[in-house]
Order: sequence, then structure tokens, then C-alpha cells
Amino acid sequence: MDPLTWTGGLGAFLNPALAITAALGGIVLVVQTGLRMGSAAVTLQSNPDGTLQGRGGVLGALDTALIYLVWALVALLLAYIVVPLVMPYGSAGILGEITRRLLPVWIALVATFALSIRFKRRLGLYGKLFDSTVGMIGFALVMFWVYVAAFVGVFDMIVTHDYLRQVSGLKNALPGVMVPDGTQGVIPHYLLGGDNLARDIFSRVMAGSVFVIAIAPLATIFAFMVGITLGLPAGYYGGKFDTALSFAANLILAFPVILLFYLLVTPEIVQTGIPSYMAAFLFAFPLIFIGVLINTRYYTQPAKRNAIILPVLGILGWLYLSAINASGTVIDFLPAWADLFDISVLVVFVSVVFVNAPTVFRIVRGLTLDLRTRDYVAAAQTRGEGAWYIMLWEILPNARGPLIVDFCLRIGYTTILLGTLGFFGLGLSSESPDWGTTINEGRKLLLIYIHPALPPAMALLSLVLGLNLLADGLREESLKD
Amino acid sequence: MVSFILRRLGIMVLTALCLTFIVFWLTNLFPNLEKLAKTQGNFRMSDEAVLTYLGNNGYLQPLPVKYGQWLGVLPGYVIAGTDGEMRARCATGGQDIADAARFCGILQGNWGYSTVFRDDAGSIIATRLGLTGKLMFWVMLLMVPGALIIGVMAGMNEGSRTDRSLSTVSILSTATPEYVSGVVFIAVFGTATFGMQWFKGTATAAMDDANFENFFLPVLTIALYGMGYIARMTRASMTEVMTAQYIRTARLKGVAFSQIVLRHALRNALIAPFTVIMLQFPFLLNGVVIVETLFNYKGFGWTLVQAASNNDIELLLGVSIVSVFVVLTTQLISDIGYVFLNPRIRIA
Repeated sequence: MDPLTWTGGLGAFLNPALAITAALGGIVLVVQTGLRMGSAAVTLQSNPDGTLQGRGGVLGALDTALIYLVWALVALLLAYIVVPLVMPYGSAGILGEITRRLLPVWIALVATFALSIRFKRRLGLYGKLFDSTVGMIGFALVMFWVYVAAFVGVFDMIVTHDYLRQVSGLKNALPGVMVPDGTQGVIPHYLLGGDNLARDIFSRVMAGSVFVIAIAPLATIFAFMVGITLGLPAGYYGGKFDTALSFAANLILAFPVILLFYLLVTPEIVQTGIPSYMAAFLFAFPLIFIGVLINTRYYTQPAKRNAIILPVLGILGWLYLSAINASGTVIDFLPAWADLFDISVLVVFVSVVFVNAPTVFRIVRGLTLDLRTRDYVAAAQTRGEGAWYIMLWEILPNARGPLIVDFCLRIGYTTILLGTLGFFGLGLSSESPDWGTTINEGRKLLLIYIHPALPPAMALLSLVLGLNLLADGLREESLKD
Repeated sequence: MVSFILRRLGIMVLTALCLTFIVFWLTNLFPNLEKLAKTQGNFRMSDEAVLTYLGNNGYLQPLPVKYGQWLGVLPGYVIAGTDGEMRARCATGGQDIADAARFCGILQGNWGYSTVFRDDAGSIIATRLGLTGKLMFWVMLLMVPGALIIGVMAGMNEGSRTDRSLSTVSILSTATPEYVSGVVFIAVFGTATFGMQWFKGTATAAMDDANFENFFLPVLTIALYGMGYIARMTRASMTEVMTAQYIRTARLKGVAFSQIVLRHALRNALIAPFTVIMLQFPFLLNGVVIVETLFNYKGFGWTLVQAASNNDIELLLGVSIVSVFVVLTTQLISDIGYVFLNPRIRIA
């Protein structure tokens, strides 16, 4: 077999077609923009007979042409994904093989979209997302990486080679290179070439998604729990409590993030056990939050409350103890059989939560300050509800819109932070396939070989972009009610 | 107004004290000191030798005392070492202890000694800050007008195609962290792969002689990440202003659209972005660290990385003071500026 080219036999037809369509689209767009400069902005005209008419004349024709060209472009791009699925191995080039490897992801994506669009009217805010193009594009990008991470992490599918295996002779090898006999994984090529240590870049990028998809949302949830648990009372009660907490939040926010990371995520600091204590502090907030949440709801039915709260807190407490307990650190008291798991990147996780929590705190506090003057809060106070019931069951649900939007944005920001940590080689092993570390490895020889650094950079960009677009779509749709 | 500024200044000083104390505490934790002793002496030092070294150099005093000395509110230590030599904090470079000043901390202008660069920390920070200042000047020159133009163009016609495409561009730029855009820019414009080798992939030469070829990529990389955010804020504020009553009045009077935008809307729309631009400084600081590392431009951010990764305590403290100072000052300016620009806010 020979090294793969980018598009293989498929490109002979599709590449010129794509180039022509794109060029035509560009020309039409430029001409149309030029024409529109002089003319009045007309979108729809109402005729005397009660019908509506679109724009006519040259501009209207160009409008229509542009829409068709955009659809042609989309169709061509889809062809790049779909056609290789029925072609024999190697004939569709690197791109073809990549889309073939990603087949389970495409199936899952199509299924998700088909089901969601079919039932969108019954799905609340999630369903409304499918009314906005921007939101759908963002959702597709995010779900793409979620599915990739799931298929790689759970089923070990997609990846073609062991992401740690070094194959001699493939150091910085170009994309599509043949793997020597006896070392091939699932396929006999390195689809995106080899990195500085002769490992398969494609497999590393795909495996890196597991790290991001596992850590970023979880860390964001923890940051939200901390921010909500502290922000609600700060906004609701105000006074000295609020002043003290706001001062502390501003203190953390005034720290340059990178300096904080450099101070917290070093082997020396880990040795002192500060990250473990911080974990013990920060991880307690979800417990408090969920405990108070259940207690305030079923306060009037003690029997039912106890039946719910004891098992829930028991399980969460065990998870909490396993999470903060790690052998060889300062917090190491659980017997080995009771310690369910060790978080190998505890320090990274803790510092990301620590950096994000103050911002969430400020948002929740601001929202609470606004919402506590509402009539339904006064009504609840008159009914004699407890303060925490009002905060958690009256104010928090009404603050959900901005919080959901911020949640999406914050996952993106957390992804960027994780990448920053990897980029500076903080807290993660240099073998780790996460995107930040891979970009950092690749940038060292960037002026000679660009192919090791670009795929992880593009992966990170697409995920963060997806989250931002998703947040934008959600904001637009939630403002419509 | 004066009392407002004074109160803000008081909070600022308190914040600065707290933050520097945290940095001081974290850098002076025992494992860090141990590492410092070993890098200063040798790596196979015994535990006793480490303790002796630290004791002789005043590192084993209680933390508040050390902090006070570093700050310059407590007299510097004078310690008779186990080797019989007298060492004083304020007597450096073979100075006689009797002649040395009693206080020598930040307040006296003594920034300490950098163990990595083997030079006075204050002068290192001054030079590096100058280099970063040059970078930031061009970043601001590119970012602020660019962001405002994009934001105003997008916001003056909400929902139009210009708005949609410019908004997408700003989302794209906020979604691209510096280490991604920097890598992409170097790959595309710094190497011959795509046939567009227009710029240099490193900015080391720009420290002495900055020109368009070697300085544009780092400037663009930092500017782009902040630009999207400011542009979105400008757009939001512009769309809000464009729906205001006085804009409608102006339109009904028959004022030309360009005149409405320039004369009526723009001034009011620019109040909010001003705050945002000022609050961008902490984020720009991050960008500076990443970009200076990526482009090997040896400025303030690069110094931060060097000091932090080598546990150069005094330099790191100096760097954090400067960055905390920058952050807090910009917050203060943003608050005061907001009050000045917005006539609806009056502070007694």
C-alpha cells in the first residue's frame, strides 16, 4: 500500500466542484454586497392583493443564487463525509478514512438530531434550540466531541493506534504515512502523521477529547455548586456576609489566572497538601447544596425527607470521601477497599474549580439581588417559608436562563483553561494526550513541522466555538419567551 | 466623588496586601524553600544543610515577620549564621552590616534579588515591563478601534446580514484562545507550507527592533482574543441605544442614518465598552504570558513563567505585585471612568 493523499480518488471529482462552487459563491457575495450599498434595504413587499413578494430584479436573483450556492456547498461537504463510507479502504484518502473511522459518531449525531427535531415541541428549552441555526451548529459541534469522547473512552472505537506507542521511523512523519509492517494498529496508516515521539496524532487528538469532555463539564458543575451555594445567601441576606464573600471573590478574580496556576499546580505545593485541603473544601459544596435542596423541599414531611436524604447523602458522602482521599497525600485515611477511585488530575480539577467559582458567585449574587425584590418572593415570605426554601425553590429556578447560558460559556472557558494548563505543562504528565499538552509538544518544532500542532488546536477551537454558539443560540431562544 | 475614590483606594490597598500575602505564603511554603536551598547550594544537600542554609538566610523566621520585612514595615533581619558569619537582609553585595539600612522592603524600593537571572529583581521587572508595554501599546492600538468598529457596525442594524456575519466573527475570535490562534498564525504565515510566509514565526528580534514583519503576529494573536469580547459588548450596547426614544425622534426628524449613528448613538453606546476594555486587562495579562512564551518574546509574561517555574521567590513576588497593581488600577479607572462618562450615575 502507498501513503494516503488528502482526498484520494474522491478528490478528483469533489475538489474542483468544491473550488468552483466556493469561488462562485464568493463572487456572488461580493457583487451583491456591492449592489446593496447603493440600494434601499428591502426584504418583503406587500402587494395590493394581499400577497407578500420577495426582492425582485438583479439583487433578488443574486439572493436566490447565493442561497442555492450555499446549499450546494453544504451538499458537497456532506459528500466528503458520506461517499467514502461506501468506498474501499484507502481510495478516499486521509479525509475519507477519518470520516470512516468516525462512522459511529455520524450515526449517533444523525440519530440525536432526527429525534430532537421530531419531538422538539415537547422538549422545552432544549427543543427550542432546534429553531435557531446558530444553536444547532453549536450543538452539533459539541455533541460531535461528546460522542467522540464516549466512543473512544467507553468503547475504544475510533482510535487507530495506541496513543502512547512510538513507532521508529515515523518521527514527525507527514499525514497519511504508511506504518511499517508488524506495528500497524487497526489500519496501516498514520492518518494525521506522527508527532515528535513518533506517535499517531489522529489517535492522540481523539483520545484527548476524553480528558476534556470528562473534566470540563464536571469542573464547571462543581464551580456552579460552589458559586450558587455561596452566591444565593450573599445576595439574599446582603450585609457583612455579602461584603466578606464579595471581597474574597474579588481577591481571587484579581489574581492573574496563570500566576495562580503556577502557584497552585507545582509538585512542591502538592507535597504540602494544599490542593487536597482545597478539594476537601470545594467538593463539600455539592453535598451541602443537594442536602439543603432536599431538606427544604420535604421539610414538612420528615419521614419522606429522611427516606430520601439519608441514602442520597450516604452515597454522595462516600463519593466525596473517595474523591478527596488519595493514597500518598495528606488526606489518606480511608482503607483501600473503601476508596472507590483516585482522581489523578485532582490538582488540575481543583484549581479550575477554584478559578471559576468566584465568577459564578458574582453572577448568582447579582441575579439574586435582582430577584429577591419580586412579588413571588414576598408571597413566599408571607407564607412563612424558610429563607433557604425561597432561595433554592423560588429564586434559583427563576434565575435559570442566564445561568444555563453562562454554564455553556463557562464549559468553553474551562476547556480553554485546561488547555492553558497543558500548554504550560502544569499538572499533567507530558505523555497525556490532552489537547493543551499536545499543542505544547507540537509548537516546539512548529517552524519545521506544522502537522503535529494543528489538529489538536483545531479540535480545541471547534469544541469551544461549538459551546459559544450553543450559548448564543440558547440565549436567543430563551429571550424569545 | 473624592470619598468614593478614597474608599476604592483603601479597598485596593487592602486587596493588594491580601494578594501579596497569599503569594508570599505560597512561595514560602517549606517544600518551595527546600527547592530554593537546593538550587542555590547543591541538589544533594542533606536535610540539616538545607535547614542551616535557610536559617542563615532568614527564611525560617515566622511568616508574618518575613512578610513585614519584605514589605519594609519591619526592620530587616540580622542573623549570626551557624558558620559564624553575620548576614543581614539589607546588606547585599558585601556591604558592611553597620552601614546597611534598617528597613529594606518593597516600600523602600528594594525588590530583592532574582536567583534565576542573578540580577536585581526591580531592574529586571522594569526592563521586561518596558518590552511588554511596547507589545501592549500595539495590541491596544489594534484591538480597541477594531473591536469598536466591528461592534458598532454589527449593532447599528440588528439582525442584518452584516450583523450576523460580524457577530459570528466575534464569537469565533472569543472561542480561539491565544495558544490556538498563535499556533495557527505561525503555521499559516510563519512557514512556507501554505505559500504565505509573510511574517516571522518568532518575535525575539522584535525586542530590539520591532517591525511589521516580526511583531504583527504576536500583536494580532493577543488582540484577536480580546477583540471579540469587546465587540460583542459594543454590539449589545449599540443595539440597546439604537432602540432608544431619542434615536427614533432623530429618524422621524429625517436625520441621515450615518448622522444618527455618528452624532447621536455612538457616544452613548461607547460607555459600556469603556468599562469592558478596562476590565480586559487581567485577561490580556494571560494573553501576554502565553504569546510571549509562544513567540519567545522575552517580556513581562516570559519573566513570570521563568520566575514561577524556577521558584525565583523575590522575582515572582515582584511580578505578582506589578500584575495585581495593574489589575486593581484598571478596575479603579474603570469605575471612576464609568461615573464620569455616564451622567445618570451620581455618587455623593
